[in-house]
Amino acid sequence: MSEPLLSVRDLKTQFFTEDGTVRAVDGISFDVHEGEIVGLVGESGAGKSVATSSILRLVDSPGEIVGGEIEFKGETIFGLEEGDDGELRPRDEMLTEEEMRKRIRGREIAIIFQDPMESLNPVFTVGGQLREFIEINRDLGAEEAKEEAIDMLREVGIPAPESRYDEYPHQFSGGMRQRVLIAMALACQPDLIIADEPTTALDVTVEGEILEMVTELQDKYDTSFIWVTHDMSVVAEICDRVNVMYLGEIIEQAEVDDLFHDTKHPYTSALLDSMPRPDRTVDELRPIQGVMPEAIDPPAGCRFHSRCPEAREVCREVHPEPRELSDEGEAPHTAACVKHDAFGVGYDESPPIETEATGGFSAGFTETGGEAE
Amino acid sequence: MSVNSATSDDDTPDDGDESGGPEEVEARVGLRYTLKQVRQDTTARIGTYIVGFMTFVAVFAAFDYYVLDYAIAEAVLYNPETDPENVRRLLPPVGMENQFGQGVMAHPLGTDHRGRDLLSRTIYGTRIAMTVGFLATAIGLGGGTVIGAVSGYYGGWIDDVLQRVTETIYAIPFLVLVIAFMTAFGRNLTFAMIGVGITAVPVFNRLIRSRVVSIREEDYVEAARAAGVKDRNIIFRHIIPNSFAPVLVQATLQVGVSILIVAGLSFLGFGAQPPTPSWGQMLSASRGYMLPAPTFSIFPGIAILITVIGFNILGDGLQDALDPRINN
Repeated sequence: MSEPLLSVRDLKTQFFTEDGTVRAVDGISFDVHEGEIVGLVGESGAGKSVATSSILRLVDSPGEIVGGEIEFKGETIFGLEEGDDGELRPRDEMLTEEEMRKRIRGREIAIIFQDPMESLNPVFTVGGQLREFIEINRDLGAEEAKEEAIDMLREVGIPAPESRYDEYPHQFSGGMRQRVLIAMALACQPDLIIADEPTTALDVTVEGEILEMVTELQDKYDTSFIWVTHDMSVVAEICDRVNVMYLGEIIEQAEVDDLFHDTKHPYTSALLDSMPRPDRTVDELRPIQGVMPEAIDPPAGCRFHSRCPEAREVCREVHPEPRELSDEGEAPHTAACVKHDAFGVGYDESPPIETEATGGFSAGFTETGGEAE
Repeated sequence: MSVNSATSDDDTPDDGDESGGPEEVEARVGLRYTLKQVRQDTTARIGTYIVGFMTFVAVFAAFDYYVLDYAIAEAVLYNPETDPENVRRLLPPVGMENQFGQGVMAHPLGTDHRGRDLLSRTIYGTRIAMTVGFLATAIGLGGGTVIGAVSGYYGGWIDDVLQRVTETIYAIPFLVLVIAFMTAFGRNLTFAMIGVGITAVPVFNRLIRSRVVSIREEDYVEAARAAGVKDRNIIFRHIIPNSFAPVLVQATLQVGVSILIVAGLSFLGFGAQPPTPSWGQMLSASRGYMLPAPTFSIFPGIAILITVIGFNILGDGLQDALDPRINN
């Protein structure tokens, strides 16, 4: 394949809190190619959002990117090297904060946030905000920027954009606001858009419309997307490739069809099983048992073993790194689960252990019906 | 005359025209919203009238002083300096009598211990009080906004340093601080104003900082950062406008407080020096004549009272009017 547009290698972002170090993102690697929609899936707290803010270097104190490498179109967004004194220091070719702000953020990589209700400044008109973003990122004058802004509003399907240009965010519905945010992201014609759960706050019909619009616009502008979500149905709908995250790690990576039909990691299967479907009743739903452990003190071995229905003794001891599991000639498919022979750590001989998912100590919890996620 | 017309001008936008067309959702922020809320709130409206009236008087005095060179004051009112022979000291207001004589139409509120007209001096005092009140508040607001915004937005050691410094200022009793400041730089109105402004910095600093700390976590600020907006623009275009309401209320109250403090300083001899017609200075001069000519001290006192109450009422009214929890 060609050079990836964005390449993330072994990215580590940690938060240094009073209670200890939270390893929110712990060594993830993935690529985004041109014109591709890449999904980033996982439960709340898996580190999806931290991963995306790391790509833009927007991690706030007490958080810090502590390792790994992010390259975008051949430029280094983040990279460390060992200095003469043995300390790690940023590499010389790493973009400065100034360059990030002026060239990358908004211009090359745009981001659409989760909550359209909160992502627009209530004090200014929708048009004014859109215009400001266009002015900053495309070096246009106020008049041209305004025309461009109105065009963009029309493009994302807002009726009567000339009159709505002067309205305030509270006069827009949730779906309309999300359209405005998408217009804002597209307006600067970036090469990559990070969509951080952009449809989570919307109702299903609006979600459908937005997804349809995004695919259309994506065809038209050939923009790449990183689509962050916890909703497997959205993934099936629009993504080309998917990365599944659990507790700061990417545990499975595959093309979307492979992921759904040839699932290699128990966590991914569990996610798929917990998805409500019309052909199943609530009783048949199989939510993932327990809650995700704290990233401050992740379980030893495989991080998912405490909730895994297939956990065995060896899962407690061996921490699996993602491995390529696809056959020769197939699309790449990696997963980090020792049950596959490629790991060769003796999973088959290892005795099963009791976990939250296999009944055992949390059986009572299971009966009371539990959580949806 | 002119004073009367001002009052009636202020009265015109009354309850009558509040229909405001069809029901429309409106932004709960911004200038237009504020004005609308103020119009609907009785307290805020009364405060607006008082402050508006005082501002008008101050502008009138400034106009007479700068443009006409006392022409109106001299034409209407008697000035002892131009006619030293006929000086009449400590006269009572029109229609009253004291040991110094009978009140005359030429001095509607009577005269002071040098024979100067009290009405004109009180009017001229309005100009000084309003200027001092607004400028001192502006200094406090400006300094407090910048420090508070920077400190709240960046956090970390910048926050610590700035907050500890302003807290140190806050810890010293303000009168002591201002007097020390003026002793160092000079006893006049300008330094009184600057000194009072500095003591107001911590007040606005805290207010702005607390708002910034919460607003910087809002998604639209994050969105602006992700779009490559400069920190300075984020602070001034996205964060500060969203802190508008509480700051406006505090600033209004602060004008009244500043007027009171500067009047107090002038009374103590630190602010305006004679012959400046400031209210505090007039009060100070009237101390020795309280019994024989009480009106000498009463009128400047009333002027201070009305002005400060006006700003306080307006501030309270604004607070109610802009409080999103109260549904109008």
